Amino acid sequence: MTLIEEAGVGGIPPQPEELAVAARREIEGRSLGRIAWDRLKRDKVAMAGGVLVILLILMAIFAPQLSSLEGQDPNSLNGTLIDPNYSTPIGGMGGISAHHWLGVDLPNGRDIFSRIVYGARYSLGIAGVSTLVAIVFGVVIGMIAGYFGGWIDNVLSRLMDLMLAFPVLLLSISILGVLPNTAFGLSGNSLRIALLIVVIGFFSWPYIGRIVRGQTIALREREFVDAARSLGASPFRIIFKEILPNLLAPIVVYATLLIPANILFEAALSYLGVGMREPTSSWGAMINAAIQTFQIDPEFLIVPGMAIFITVLAFNLFGDGLRDAFDPKASR
Amino acid sequence: MSTDNYSSATVADAGRAASGAASEPLLSATGVQMHFPIRRGLLRRTVGAVRAVDGVDFEVRPGETLGLVGESGCGKSTTGRLLTRLLEPTGGTVKFEGRDITHMKPGELRPLRRDIQMVFQDPQSSLNPRHTIGSIVGAPFEIQGIKSPNGTKRAVQDLLALVGLSPEHYNRYPHEFSGGQRQRIGIARALALKPKLVVADEPVSALDVSIQAQVVNLFEDLQAELGLAYVFIAHDLSVVRHISDRVAVMYLGKIVEIANRDDLYSSARHPYTQALLSAVPIPDPDRKGEEAKRERILLTGDVPSPINPPSGCRFRTRCWKAQEICSTQEPPLVQLTSGPRPTGADHKVACHFPD
Ligand SMILES: Nc1ncnc2c1ncn2[C@@H]1O[C@H](COP(=O)(O)OP(=O)(O)O)[C@@H](O)[C@H]1O
Ligand code: SF4
Ligand SMILES: [Mg+2]
Repeated sequence: MTLIEEAGVGGIPPQPEELAVAARREIEGRSLGRIAWDRLKRDKVAMAGGVLVILLILMAIFAPQLSSLEGQDPNSLNGTLIDPNYSTPIGGMGGISAHHWLGVDLPNGRDIFSRIVYGARYSLGIAGVSTLVAIVFGVVIGMIAGYFGGWIDNVLSRLMDLMLAFPVLLLSISILGVLPNTAFGLSGNSLRIALLIVVIGFFSWPYIGRIVRGQTIALREREFVDAARSLGASPFRIIFKEILPNLLAPIVVYATLLIPANILFEAALSYLGVGMREPTSSWGAMINAAIQTFQIDPEFLIVPGMAIFITVLAFNLFGDGLRDAFDPKASR
Repeated sequence: MSTDNYSSATVADAGRAASGAASEPLLSATGVQMHFPIRRGLLRRTVGAVRAVDGVDFEVRPGETLGLVGESGCGKSTTGRLLTRLLEPTGGTVKFEGRDITHMKPGELRPLRRDIQMVFQDPQSSLNPRHTIGSIVGAPFEIQGIKSPNGTKRAVQDLLALVGLSPEHYNRYPHEFSGGQRQRIGIARALALKPKLVVADEPVSALDVSIQAQVVNLFEDLQAELGLAYVFIAHDLSVVRHISDRVAVMYLGKIVEIANRDDLYSSARHPYTQALLSAVPIPDPDRKGEEAKRERILLTGDVPSPINPPSGCRFRTRCWKAQEICSTQEPPLVQLTSGPRPTGADHKVACHFPD
C-alpha cells in the first residue's frame, strides 16, 4: 500500500542483506591497527628503521652488559694507550683494537665503545622523557584549543605560534647557562638531566599541540561528539573519552618523529657545553671533546657523530613509515 | 494512501491523534531562530549572520510523529539541534513539557537530556570508531549515572535485542557493522534512557533503499512499543509519508506549511509543498493513472542564500504564482479561514495565494 511496504521488506529481525554484509566483513575482519600493521610490514625501509630503533633501545638498556662484554668501562683512564709524543691513540685508527672496539678518546684514553653505549642512555632517555613531557602538554593544550575554539583557541594558538618562532637554541642556552649547581633538591648530573628534560619538553610541545589542535577540530565536527553532548557529557569527558582515543595514531606517529629532533636538541646543548658535561658520556659532550683534536684524531669525532646520525635516521625512517601506514593519503 | 482524510488511518492512529490534541504538547517551538554569526578578521567582528532557522513555530504532541521535510540546507538539522539543545537558539522559545529550555545551562539541561534524544544522519560518523558497541550503547547510563537493576551490560544487551541486533555484538567495534546495523546501534543508544522525544535527523538518508524501509519500520515498531514521540527529518516527502502523523515543510529557515499527514499529501496548499509532492512517485499501482494526470512541477533556479534571504516571501524567487505583494509582505503561517477552501485548525499555510 505504501512505498515502504511495496519494497517487500517487513519486520525487524530478518535482515538478509545486512547479515550478508556482516558476514563479508567478518572475513575481512581486520581492525584499524591491524590494517596499519599490515601496511607497515610491507614498508621495508620503515621496518629497517624500526629494527634499528629497537636495537638502539636495547643497547641503552644493556649498556653495562655490553661494556663488560668488551671488558671495559666508560670512565677508566688509560694513559698508556696515548702516544706521549704525538698525543694520539697508539696504533692509529683512533686506537681501535680487540680490547677497544671503537678506540679510545683523547686525552685520557677512555674506551669509546663503552662511552657510546652508555651515552645512548642519556640521548634516548632525555629525548624520550622530554618527548613524553611535550606530548602531555601538547595533547592537553591542543585538544582544549581545538575543542573549545573561539577566544580560547585564539590565545592558545598565538602562544604556540609564538613559541615556534622563538630562537629556541639561544633561549635554552641562556636558561641552562645561568642555572646554579643545585636546585629543586637536585644537583650535578640529575639536575642537568631534569633541566634538559624540562627545557626540551617545554620548547617542543607546541609542535605536537598544533597537530592535535587540527585533528581535534576535525573530530569535534563528527556526530559522535554531538551524541555525547546530547547525553549530557561534560567537555572533560568528551575531550578525554571521545576525542583522545581517536588521536592515539597521530600521537604515536608524531612522537616517533619528535624523538630524533629532541635527540639532536640534547646533543646540540651538550655540544655547546650547557647540557650533559664531562665526564658524563653524552654523545653531544663527546663531540664537544673531540672537536678540539679532530685534526689529529678524526675517529674520536666520527664515532659519536655517526651514533647521532644513525639514531636520528632510524627514528625518522620508522616515524615516516608509521605515518604512511596510519594514513597513506597524508604524505608524498 | 487514500485521498479522503483518515479513511486509511488505523484505529490506533486516530486514538493517538485524538489524545494528542487534547493533552498539552510535549514540545513547543515559538518563533525559534538560529542566526549563526559570520565573523571576520583578527578581532572576529560580526559582519553578518547565516539565518539558518528564522522563526519557526510548531509543536510535538506526546507519542506522535512530526515529519520535517525540506531541501538540503533549509535548516532542518539546525532545527533538530535546537530542539535537542545541542545549539542555543538566538531567538524564540523552546518549551519541553511546559518548561522553558531555550537558554538552560548545561547543568540544568543534564537531567532533561534523558527525555530528549537524537538519532544522527551519518552512521559512519555517529559512532566513535574507538569504542565498542557495549560502551557506545552503555554511555547514556554511564554519563547520566544510572544504575540498571541487572547491570549496565545486561541493559545494553536488551537494547541491542530491541533494535534487532545480537547481544553478542557487545564487544565489537563499529567498523565491523553495515550502515543499517550502525544506525540500529545509534537508535539503541538514543533509546537507552527511555526518552519521550527522539529527534531523528535524516536517519535513513545514508542507507541503501532496501535497508531504509527496515529502519523506518524499526522506528515505527519502537514507537508502538515505547510510546515515543518523533521529530522525523527527511529531505523528501516520500520517506516521511509512512511514519508521520503530521508533516511540516521547511523552506530557507521557515515553515511554509504544516498539516496532518493525509491533508498534506492530498490537499497541499503551498506552491512549494505542491512542487515537492509532484516529485514523489505515487506508490499505489491501481492509482498510477493519477500520476499521468498530475503534472510534474519542476522548480527552477537555486535556493537563495540564508545569509541574505529574499524579502517578503522567501519562496518568491522560484514561485510561479508570485506577485507584487510577495516581495514586500511576508506571508504568516496561518490556518486558512476565508476563501473557497478553508483549512482545519491543524493545517497552516504561509502563502498570499494558497491553492
Ligand atoms: N554551525 C554553523 N555555522 C554557520 N552556518 C551553519 C552552521 N550550521 C549550519 N549552517 C548553515 O545553516 C543552513 C542550514 O543548515 P542545516 O540545518 O544543516 O540544513 P539541512 O539539515 O536542512 O540540510 C545552511 O546554509 C548551513 O550552511
Ligand atoms: S506568498 Fe507568493 S511567492 Fe510566496 S509562495 Fe505564495 S504565491 Fe508564491
Ligand atoms: Mg541536515
